[in-house]
Amino acid sequence: MNALDWIVLLTTMLGIAAYGTWRTRHTDNLNTYLKGNRNTGWVTIGISVAATQASAITFLSIPGQGFESGIGFVQNYFGLPLALIIVCAVFLPIYRRLGVYTAYEYLGQRFDQKTRLLGAVFFLLQRGVQSGITIYAPAIILSTVLGWRLDLTIIFIGTIVVVYTVTGGSAAVNLTQKWQMGVIFGGMVTAFIVLLTKLPAGSLHVAGALGKLEAVDFSFSPDRRYTFWSGLFGGLFLSLSYFGTDQSQVQRYIGGAALREGRLGLMFNALLKIPMQLFILLLGALVFVFYQFQPDPPVFFNRVEWQRHIDGPDSAKFRAIDAKHAALHGERQGKLKTWMGLREGADPAAEAAARSALVAAQNEVDAVRKEAKAALTAANPRINTKDSDYVFIGFITTQLPHGVIGLLIAVMFAAALGSKAGELNALGTTSTIDLWRHFRPLAEHDEARNVRNAKGWTAFWGVFAILFAVFVSFEENLIEATNIIASLFYGVVLGIFLVAFFCKHVRGTAVFWSALAAEALIITLFFLRNVAPSLKFSYLWYNVIGCAACVLFSLLLQSLLRSRPKVAEARA
Amino acid sequence: MKPSIPPDPSDKEAPGVPGFRTWGSVYLFVFVAFILLVIALAIFSRVYA
Repeated sequence: MNALDWIVLLTTMLGIAAYGTWRTRHTDNLNTYLKGNRNTGWVTIGISVAATQASAITFLSIPGQGFESGIGFVQNYFGLPLALIIVCAVFLPIYRRLGVYTAYEYLGQRFDQKTRLLGAVFFLLQRGVQSGITIYAPAIILSTVLGWRLDLTIIFIGTIVVVYTVTGGSAAVNLTQKWQMGVIFGGMVTAFIVLLTKLPAGSLHVAGALGKLEAVDFSFSPDRRYTFWSGLFGGLFLSLSYFGTDQSQVQRYIGGAALREGRLGLMFNALLKIPMQLFILLLGALVFVFYQFQPDPPVFFNRVEWQRHIDGPDSAKFRAIDAKHAALHGERQGKLKTWMGLREGADPAAEAAARSALVAAQNEVDAVRKEAKAALTAANPRINTKDSDYVFIGFITTQLPHGVIGLLIAVMFAAALGSKAGELNALGTTSTIDLWRHFRPLAEHDEARNVRNAKGWTAFWGVFAILFAVFVSFEENLIEATNIIASLFYGVVLGIFLVAFFCKHVRGTAVFWSALAAEALIITLFFLRNVAPSLKFSYLWYNVIGCAACVLFSLLLQSLLRSRPKVAEARA
Repeated sequence: MKPSIPPDPSDKEAPGVPGFRTWGSVYLFVFVAFILLVIALAIFSRVYA
């Protein structure tokens, strides 16, 4: 980054902060702070829904996913359009009619207070842990740009996020998200165009030859993480729970001026989401091809961390890995050129042999990257060796024109703040309405006290997220880690709501204990996956199993609870 | 199984989108667009794999 980038970055950041603060300076009652104004149009709702779920993680982590595993991750979203249709047809009209603040208030009205509390606690648990993961997004951006240590950057960023959220609220989040999304998309398109100008003809074929363009896999293998079937069914349940019961989403669309606005906002997402994710994944796959033609691609994309070890006590070991990677990369480039020369030739056998040699060379480079990660882990067991989240930010800071780099970093950073703000805001809302008010019912009409409490809870969850991120390490990249955590809870929460909507004879006690049993089943399956290989299947299926178990247990338990008085009567 | 809350008159509101008279037709359009997208992706995979 040069001086121009820094001027653009600081001006943009200050501009966004000043605009948000000025537009939301009179946010002083709970309704506006928590739900935003009820006059939001469908375009704002649609973009707000997209922005809350997309955020900087999408723009950092999904290109990295495309870089590492190809575009098959897009199947994760195959259930989403169907889920949004169901949310529009069933969930949204009910929430609007009841005029609830949170989705869990509905559970209180339909069942009882303990079931409402359980739904809220499940949400708070999974979203609280997720917020500890998503706080990495802005920290990765800043640590890459400034070369700071990641843990210190997390603490610094976390403090900014808490202040931003506590002083802003929903309206500020909505206001700035719309513009941030527009600029980020502009930046992504710019990055795509820059990539195309730097890539040789036939780049898509290179990506295809190296297994990066397998978008749809119709196999039934349950241990494959992303297939058409796991995406369609697991993704349907994941999305249904996310859009229908997760307060961070529900909060976006119940704020519409009319039912129509919420529905159109969600349908906008149903049409937009898969093409958008595909574009971002494809961008990652093309960045992978780009590095095939570069003279010295990094062996580990968190360059700050790698450089620290190059300069550290085990310098010789890390330099040797660097040299080995450079040599193997040179060999791979030779094989790539041979294959590209033969690709459109008249000798299919020679082309196939050259392609096999290229794939073998790629496997050798991958093996050195694994060796580099093992060396890092040996030096520091707590280090996060999943470097794919650094691929795209590294590309931006080294390849895009100056000025554009500053603008893109600013809006990605702002989007990360906005998304974190939305998440903490939803946690604060649920903690206030579903927990605090439950134990302090007399405070319901004291608006100022409610707002103070919502802000206090928001700050609490912000601090929790910082502590989690600093002290807990995880093996997945950001986008997969958040999806896995969600899948552990979402199925059961969805099951509670489906029982509420469709099984009107089931009462609160039955669904409460059934949800606890179903959640215990999912947690057990999750921890057994490394012990029993037959239980190792895609995390997307947890959503289906959790939901089915919750509904089934509820129906069984309700029938048992009903038959007990009859038995007692018969004995009498 | 039926929803435990009776339908509201506002559910019958027209979507107000040119070319679509009912919400059912909007949902059908989204569903068909999804199917076409999956077919296009499957073809794309075969061409480049």
